[in-house]
Amino acid sequence: MTSAIANILALLVMPIVVTGTINRVKARWAGRVGPPIFQLAFDLWRLVRKTPVYSKVTTPVFRVGPAIVLVTSVASACIVPLAGTGSLVAFSFDFVWFAYVWSFGRVALMLGALDTGSSFEGMGASREATFATLLEPVLFLVAGALCLHGGVRSFEAALVPHLDGPSAVVMWLCAIGALMIVIQVEAARMPVDDPTTHLELTMVHEVMILDHGGPELAMLQAASAIKTFVAISVAATLLDPLAGESSILAIGAHLGICLAIAIGLGMIESLVARLKLRIVPQYIVVALVSAGIALLSTLGRGGFS
Amino acid sequence: MSSVLARAIPVGEIEVLAIDAWRAQLLARAQARARPVIVYGRRDAARVVLTAVHQDGAGLVAARTSVDPATGYHELTSSLPALHCFERELHEQLGVRVAGHPWLKPVRFEGRDQAAMGSYPFYRVDGKEVHEVAVGPIHAGVIEPGSFRFMCFGEHVLHLEIHLGYQHRGVEARLLQRDPRALAPWAETIAGDTTIGHAWAYAAALEALAGHEVAPEHELARAVMLELERVAMHLAGLAGLAADVGFLPGAATYGRLRTTAINSSMRLCGSRFGRGAVRPCGSGVTLDDELRELLRANVQLLRRDGAIIDDSFEHARSVRHRLAGVGVVSADLAMQLGLVGMAARSAGVAIDTRMPAHGLYEHHPIALCTETGGDCWARAQLRISEIRASLDWLDRVLAERPTWRPARDPVPALAPSRLAIAVVEGWRGEVVHCLETGEDGALVHYKAQDPSLRNWMGLALAVRGNDISDFPICNKSFDLSYCGNDL
Repeated sequence: MTSAIANILALLVMPIVVTGTINRVKARWAGRVGPPIFQLAFDLWRLVRKTPVYSKVTTPVFRVGPAIVLVTSVASACIVPLAGTGSLVAFSFDFVWFAYVWSFGRVALMLGALDTGSSFEGMGASREATFATLLEPVLFLVAGALCLHGGVRSFEAALVPHLDGPSAVVMWLCAIGALMIVIQVEAARMPVDDPTTHLELTMVHEVMILDHGGPELAMLQAASAIKTFVAISVAATLLDPLAGESSILAIGAHLGICLAIAIGLGMIESLVARLKLRIVPQYIVVALVSAGIALLSTLGRGGFS
Repeated sequence: MSSVLARAIPVGEIEVLAIDAWRAQLLARAQARARPVIVYGRRDAARVVLTAVHQDGAGLVAARTSVDPATGYHELTSSLPALHCFERELHEQLGVRVAGHPWLKPVRFEGRDQAAMGSYPFYRVDGKEVHEVAVGPIHAGVIEPGSFRFMCFGEHVLHLEIHLGYQHRGVEARLLQRDPRALAPWAETIAGDTTIGHAWAYAAALEALAGHEVAPEHELARAVMLELERVAMHLAGLAGLAADVGFLPGAATYGRLRTTAINSSMRLCGSRFGRGAVRPCGSGVTLDDELRELLRANVQLLRRDGAIIDDSFEHARSVRHRLAGVGVVSADLAMQLGLVGMAARSAGVAIDTRMPAHGLYEHHPIALCTETGGDCWARAQLRISEIRASLDWLDRVLAERPTWRPARDPVPALAPSRLAIAVVEGWRGEVVHCLETGEDGALVHYKAQDPSLRNWMGLALAVRGNDISDFPICNKSFDLSYCGNDL
């Protein structure tokens, strides 16, 4: 019960705090004070009160997209330990569910983008599809490696680190490395995508939401904050020595690690320029190779119990 | 001697050739590596007088011909691509028939043509998987309007067609409607980011017409303002380039330093953009002991903090990786297209009208900066080295403790039947103003040219073969003016 409440509270608050932290860190590096940590909440409140405007060429596909994106990001959040105390829901091979609810949200977003008939949005969707194709195996390889290593079947249990030997350390490091790149791609952050750019021709995620406004834009922004937090939370669980325990200390440690990762992402965004778009697939292949090594290091383990 | 390339020639002394001889001379001058500065036409009764101005060493030479617009002449663009914009302009402005020209697209859709802007047939590339992307004319953010049509194969740009004219204000016609001695505020707004460049070119041409030798202190004040403008605009360009590649420290710091540079201009002339600084036969710049020390302190600050951010910009591998090899213009292409200023120098073509040193630049020489890459990285590097050169120059000039006060001598009557040409090296490249007086000493023609007119084609070709996502940084690295082209 406590764990469920902690997860729900974390799901409501942490996406906003994580986004605020990244922006704050970036502002500090630029010599500015930066927006309040809860700025995203104010923005969402402002957006939900607006009336959206629709282009005449759009169909209902465009309108339901944001809702699907929000629902799928919440659905993916359910099977990830968000507060260091276990997840809301866990079942065998739930990481398949995790990967495909993310993909489902992405497809809904891409169809919405194509529905506008804009060449910009079409390019954004094409880029997103290219990245997603490469990213999906990364998720499965990492999840597979973690499950094989721990001899467990649920994501929640697999993420708890068991560093019992050199091959486990290799697996653990490679999995974290791959997940960091997954975060950057899934959350559309630097150096893969620049969430603050105004240049439509260089955008990936941002260009697909150009035509959305009001409550629908709010849903998309909330969904992307939730996705960022969920991805960070996956990596944080792997890094958390107290993962799986349910105490106030474990919750504190998990949330602290999440914030540390957010600060790390903010630092990367502050100090590194964006990759050339044609290099991004190569960057994702780094994650793929890293995930492959993680899987190979579990060879010789017993498999599922 | 004037510190800018300026010359007034009695109209009677300009070589007037038959059209064939004029064409032959243009080709011969290209052979002799003389550089075309401007070619323009003026309506003269039923005919059109064509004037070609070349830079030959440190001097300007002009040659004229007269054609019947209906008969026109045979194009030169195929042999001398650098003339493409001039011939297109001749056709558009004066209806001169330019036979055989490969691409007579209007430069700015003047007058009646404006209604046709929307229906203009762009180039088309056929193919099942070729797609077109239209960007603009309305852009995100505070950017001037201009339309870009990309023909792409996936992310790969096969061709970019640039469509300009949305900022056309009828500048040249307007400049003839007022007393020629009172045009400075208008000249300053031809391209708002090159205020000093255009104002100085106007003032130098007018002074040449009036036979007035401007006081050395006014010239020095203009040169100081010109370098401040260069520093400010290069800093703005670097800030924009850093923002476009997502390099936060560069975007923040270069942007902050630009404020120091433009605020310095404000202290000297009352306007952050240098308005009111240059006036014919005078200057609006104040520099007393206190202001000079403040300006020197600002120059020191720009050098000190500039060095820190330059270092982090130049050594950030991700920045270099993003910019290097993108939007390459070879030296050969730059020469052929007649690119000027920064775009030419970053491709290794050493065109700088402040060289060879003349006028005040003999006493205060300024370093010539060039790069060889011709890519976005080279254009960023060139800005960095030009900022340093300008700051060093400002430091040396201010060390001699000049003091200036705003002062204006009355402008003498303009000499009749004279053509005055002035070329100023603005931050983007050479700004050319040509003023011609009639027999009664009144202005009969005003031709203003911003370097952007000649460089837009460079951008179009630089993007070819690159990724479409590289276009914004190519565009920013050229940093061309829309209104300067559209007039």
